[in-house]
Amino acid sequence: MKITVDMAKCEDHGQCAIAAPVAFRMNDDGKLEHDGEVDDAYLDEVEEAADVCPVQAILIGA
Amino acid sequence: MSTGHVVVVGGSLGGLRAAEQLRAAGHDGPVTVVGEEPWLPYNRPPLSKEVLADPGDHDPARLHAGIAFRRRASVEDVEFRVGRRVVSADLARRALALDDGTALTYDGLVVATGLRARRLAVPGPTEGRHVVRTLDDACALRAAIADASQVVVVGAGFVGCETAASLHTLGLPVTVVHPEAVAFEPALGREVGAAIQRHLEAAGITFVSGVGVAAYAGVGAVAGVLLDDGRTLEASLVVEAVGSACNTEWLEGNGLDLSDGVLTDNDLRVVGAQRVVAVGDVSRFPNPLFGPDLGARPRRVEHWSMPTDTAKRAAATLVADLAGTPGPDTPFAPTPSFWSDLLDLRLQAYGSPALGSELRLEEGDLARLGDGAVVTYHHDGALVGVLAVNIPPARLRALRDRFAAPVAVH
Ligand SMILES: Cc1cc2nc3c(=O)[nH]c(=O)nc-3n(C[C@H](O)[C@H](O)[C@H](O)COP(=O)(O)OP(=O)(O)OC[C@H]3O[C@@H](n4cnc5c(N)ncnc54)[C@H](O)[C@@H]3O)c2cc1C
Ligand code: SF4
Repeated sequence: MKITVDMAKCEDHGQCAIAAPVAFRMNDDGKLEHDGEVDDAYLDEVEEAADVCPVQAILIGA
Repeated sequence: MSTGHVVVVGGSLGGLRAAEQLRAAGHDGPVTVVGEEPWLPYNRPPLSKEVLADPGDHDPARLHAGIAFRRRASVEDVEFRVGRRVVSADLARRALALDDGTALTYDGLVVATGLRARRLAVPGPTEGRHVVRTLDDACALRAAIADASQVVVVGAGFVGCETAASLHTLGLPVTVVHPEAVAFEPALGREVGAAIQRHLEAAGITFVSGVGVAAYAGVGAVAGVLLDDGRTLEASLVVEAVGSACNTEWLEGNGLDLSDGVLTDNDLRVVGAQRVVAVGDVSRFPNPLFGPDLGARPRRVEHWSMPTDTAKRAAATLVADLAGTPGPDTPFAPTPSFWSDLLDLRLQAYGSPALGSELRLEEGDLARLGDGAVVTYHHDGALVGVLAVNIPPARLRALRDRFAAPVAVH
């Protein structure tokens, strides 16, 4: 599946990195880094990451 | 799988997550969400933060577009009846009455009606007094900002202090009035509350602590706030952030325990009803995360993480009850989590600091909160909460995991 993060919205809360470390990581500067494409096997985790993002910045594509 | 009709009452975060999680739990029958607000589910926390940052635009539809929740494809066929209130329920007959005079019957019911802002019951004009709970509240407040010269915020909890910080950032003179000794005292304890208050004061927000509001002054619109101690504060705009009341009136007459929200068991089943579950701010459930003693006492948790966590469990419970199969057999022990933005401070908490009877500063200096601090809260020797202030997000997982005690199943 495709993952898009609206970086204008993202406030580096890091909740996504707790829910789905497979796709989201916080770097040493406290900024979000994420994969653009993740295996569908991780759909549950990635959906949870999108759910828990306080500013709802994460979009999951097909 | 189950094909009965599930009605969800309440169309905010809890209602949306309940609909999504019913689908995820295998419910393929019809789902109807009834919500009193005229909007599809939107995100509430920005209302006291980002939404107040740019008061120029107060078109509610544009504001809504900016904070509306994305809805999963699985709920495309869910009917959202917005702008409709459920006025009463007959749980024995599984029937609901709506404010347009229509009736709705269900096989399974989800209670997701959350809270409403409380207002002060004191004499004086009502014009110029605001609350911040809904999108419409925030629009009204934004519209009033342009003409405001002096703001008084009543209440020094999260909504009060966040609103004060947002209005201060816009350049308005802001005074916070509250009855406790320090801001955030009930939620975070006296030392931490005092430290946050000092930080906000240093930035230019005035606090008047330890006093209540006796009345409002002014003809037609609020011009001042009369305090318990006889003082008067000038005010052209007042925001009341004095807590909330549970939206449970519609459930009265069914023999439920509605003394504080809706009492449920650990699986979110409403006690005294069948095929009824409750999620989000309104559900009062025992959480074994906090051990055999504290954890056995049902509590409501007014944090943004709870609607999502409780909806997952409640949906699994309801789907099993509708199918007559056993529900989940592990204890439900979610780790509450909340955040707050106050000027240059980002607070992030796990667990329930409010349950702590003792606190320890693990890291940092309360006099220099901006540089980062970690405080842990304990009760009877057990860790019950962690508060991190300006801690890099990469470290949050470790803080949460450390807190999530062995009894936790997540
Ligand atoms: C200004 C503000 C800022 C916040 N900031 C944070 C934060 O930074 N961090 C954090 O963790 N939490 C925060 N919260 C708390 C968080 O927003 C709530 O925990 C969350 O909204 C709870 O969702 P809910 O769906 O359970 O209830 P609610 O959001 O209260 O939704 C209940 C819905 O049910 C509807 N309803 C009520 N009665 C009826 C009826 N009879 N019929 C039909 N519909 C009905 C209501 O209109 C409402 O839309 C904040 C809350 C506010 C108000
Ligand atoms: S949770 Fe949301 S705001 Fe936080 S880092 Fe992830 S995408 Fe950004």
